[in-house]
Parts: sequence; structure tokens; C-alpha cells
Amino acid sequence: MNVLALIGRVFLTFLAAVGRLSRFAAAAVSHMVRPPFYPRQILRQFVDIGYFSLPVVALTAIFSGMVLALQSHSGFARFQAEGAVAMVVALSITRELGPVLAGLMVAGRIGASMAAEIGTMRVTEQVDALTTLSTNPYKYLVSPRVLAGLLMMPLLVVVADILGIFGGYIIAIGKLGFNSGSYLANTWQVLEPLDVASGLVKAAAFGFLIALLGCYNGYYSKGGAQGVGAATTNAVVSASILILIANYGITEIFFAQ
Amino acid sequence: MTEAAAPKIRLRDVHKRFGDKVVLDGIDLDVMPGESVVVIGGSGSGKSVLIKSIQGIIRPESGSIQVDGEEVVGMGSRQIEAINGKIGMLFQGGALFDSLPVWENVAFGAIQAKDIDRKAAYDLAVETLSKVGLTEDVAKLWPAELSGGMQKRVGLARAIAAEPEIIFFDEPTTGLDPIMADVINDLIVTCVKRLGATAVTITHDMASARKIADRVAMLYKGKLVWVGPIADIDTSGNDYVDQFIHGRAEGPITMDLRR
Repeated sequence: MNVLALIGRVFLTFLAAVGRLSRFAAAAVSHMVRPPFYPRQILRQFVDIGYFSLPVVALTAIFSGMVLALQSHSGFARFQAEGAVAMVVALSITRELGPVLAGLMVAGRIGASMAAEIGTMRVTEQVDALTTLSTNPYKYLVSPRVLAGLLMMPLLVVVADILGIFGGYIIAIGKLGFNSGSYLANTWQVLEPLDVASGLVKAAAFGFLIALLGCYNGYYSKGGAQGVGAATTNAVVSASILILIANYGITEIFFAQ
Repeated sequence: MTEAAAPKIRLRDVHKRFGDKVVLDGIDLDVMPGESVVVIGGSGSGKSVLIKSIQGIIRPESGSIQVDGEEVVGMGSRQIEAINGKIGMLFQGGALFDSLPVWENVAFGAIQAKDIDRKAAYDLAVETLSKVGLTEDVAKLWPAELSGGMQKRVGLARAIAAEPEIIFFDEPTTGLDPIMADVINDLIVTCVKRLGATAVTITHDMASARKIADRVAMLYKGKLVWVGPIADIDTSGNDYVDQFIHGRAEGPITMDLRR
């Protein structure tokens, strides 16, 4: 086979997928701001993403904070810089680990469930049934999920930030012998509004990507159970990769000198 | 001289292909108001694509599809929503929303149109369910708790709840035992007559076609090879129709089987 033709075909397929995803995203956003709205659907997604993701995000954040305190203490001890533990924990959690780990966990939990639910609706003709009942599937299925992802992820990351710092605090005080007051004072001193704000902007972007890719992969799933399975895998993998790429891009915007 | 009634649905030279596969190849069909047309044909002959094209779910490459004189091909999503407001549809697998209880499925159209509050929607659902022989107990069940026949009946109730002018039935008896299939056929005839609706049914069940149809159209390889009254189907003189209605392996209709 002609190698150039193969490369060209792969590239064109990639461009077509990017174009289709862009159109899907534009439709999702435009239906978000145009009536009619479906408050029950929106509320259901808020609860699903914001409330039911709390345990997994909380556990991830608290243990990450604990590990961070332990690792940074053992690392900084080599340079007699143990005092920097509070700073490392606070900055790492708020700027990076809070949003990224919460994003990856929510991608696994919510992205997969969105792709599976909408994918099953697609292959069982429930999406077509919405159209025949004069209900726009974008408006009813996609926009509420994308809106919920966009708005709920920052709230989850606020919780992740607090619990991550708390995890570091528990280890610093209970195991590493730090003074409670000075550890908290150090944390408070080093944190700037931009540290938290950048994390929340990342969270909103990640939430948007997770919901968008979950819905997109589900909406275009084909075949039966195998198609839905493939859509679910694609939703999680593509959201996870895009989260890491977007994370770099947003960090560059906020912190590159 | 009286003017002939305009067709409720009018298809002219409709073409649709998926990749290399031609699914609809120049379809011409008129469905008159209050008429029940049954489209017969084997699996993969393009029957489902035909009705999805009329509903605007699938866009044909060329040709004209008019519903009440309005061109559907190339319509925007809002106009398609408006057209679908006139249409009810019973899907082959029921396509009930499994995240909603039966009553919300039945009253879905009314709830989304915000015509009525939820109490009134529940009452509407119970009343519509009674028309397809289901009691109020069923209203609060979930679709997954229903048998295949009950799902079809709930699907039928959802299709007729908004009293549509046009109803599509996609393989209404597939997967049902003969008795339940006949019950569904009777319900379809009763509901369509009660509403005075125009009906288009796609099926390969000849017992169902004989019961439901005023006219039959036979689809083969994307073309309508015969259209005529149901009374003429046994004497059509069309080899395709004869082979299909008698279920013979030999004849002009060939199956792509590897031997």
C-alpha cells in the first residue's frame, strides 16, 4: 500500500473527527443558552457529577496530600529544607494535583457513565425517539451534562484543595512533628489567589472536556454492546489525554514567565 | 369538478446511500390523509431509513419529501421538531426511556412541551394507557420491569398520547408471540381509526400487513417494486410480491448468502 496515501487517509480521518467534535461542542454550548431548558435534567446532572463524585474525589485528594507531605519531607530533608513542606503541599494541590487528579477520577466515573448511557440510548433508538417527540437530543441530553461538568468540577476541586491540604497537615502534624499553628500559617502565607484561581479555571475546562467527550462518544456510538463498550473506553481515554494536554496549556497561560 | 385531496406525505425521487450501499433508489410514494400504508420488504431493504427520512432523522442525498406540503429535506432542527409534533412513532424495540417510569414515557411529549403540569401529565398517561389495555398499576413501573408485549403497548400509548396526525409503526409485531402480535395489530387499527390518523407501517409480518393496511408498498433494493391495495396483494402478478408473501426461497429476491 502507498504509505503516503495511508498517512493522508489517517490525517483526513483525524481532521474529520476534529471537525465533528468542534461542531458537536458548538451545538452543545449554543443549546446551553437557548430555551427551552430542562431544569430536571440539569439538576440530575448537577447531583450526579457534583454530589456522587464527592467520595472518590475526596479520597483521592486526601491521600495525595498525605503522600505529598511524606515525599516532600523525605526529599527536602536532604537539603535541610523540611520547612518547605507546607508550601509544596499547598501549591502542588491547588495548582496541579487537585484539578488534575479530580479531573482524571471524574473522567473515569462520569465520562464513562455518560458515554455508556447515551450510547445505549443511541443503539436502542431512544435518541431517535427524543427527536420524534419534538425534543432536541442536544438540548435534552448533551447540554445539561456539559453545563453540569463545567460548573460542578470547580466545586469538586475546591473540596479537593481543602482535603488535599488537610491530608498534608495530618501527616505533617501527626507524623513529621510540625507545629500545627506554624504549618497552617505557612500554608496561608504561601497561597495566593492566583494559585487557587488557576486550579479552578483548570477544573472548569476539565469538567467541560469530560462531559463533552462522554456525550460525543456516546452520541456517535454504533452497533450494539461492543459499540457502547468502545465508546465508553474512548470517552475515558480521550478525556484523560485532553485533560493532561489542556493542563499544560492552562499552566503555560497562567505561570509561564 | 372536485379537487383531489393533497397527500399527507409525498415522496419524490428520494435517494439515500451509506457509503457504497444504495439504500433508497428513487422512491416515489403518496400517502393520503387517513390512509394506512404498509411498507413490506426484507431485512436491510431500506424500510427503516424510509420512515426516518420522512421524520427528518436521516437526510436523503436528493429528492423531495413533503409532509402536509412542507418540504422536510434540508429543514432546520426547529422546523423538524415542529413537523415531529404532528407525528407519533412506535419503535421496533419500544425505545422507551429507561431512566423514566412508564407514565413519564407516555406523557413525555406533553411534559416537554410544557402544556400541562405533572399531575395532569400523570392523568393523561393513565388515560392513554387504558386505551392500549393497560391499567394504572403499570404507570408507575419502569420499562425494564415490562415484558416485550407490554413495552410495545406502552410504546403505542406514547405514540398516540399527543393525538398525532401521522403515526409510524416500525416492525410493530417483531419479537412477539402470534397472539400478542394480533393484540398489537388490533390496537393499532383501533387507535389509528379513533384518531383518524394517517399511518405508515413497516413490517415483514404479512399477517400484520393484512390486518393494518389499506395499501401495501413493497421495497426491494431501495426501489418500490409494487404499490397497490391490500385486497390485490394475492393477485398482484408481481414476482417479488408473490415470493415475499409466500415466503419462498426461490424467486427474483435473492439473499446474499455465502455457501
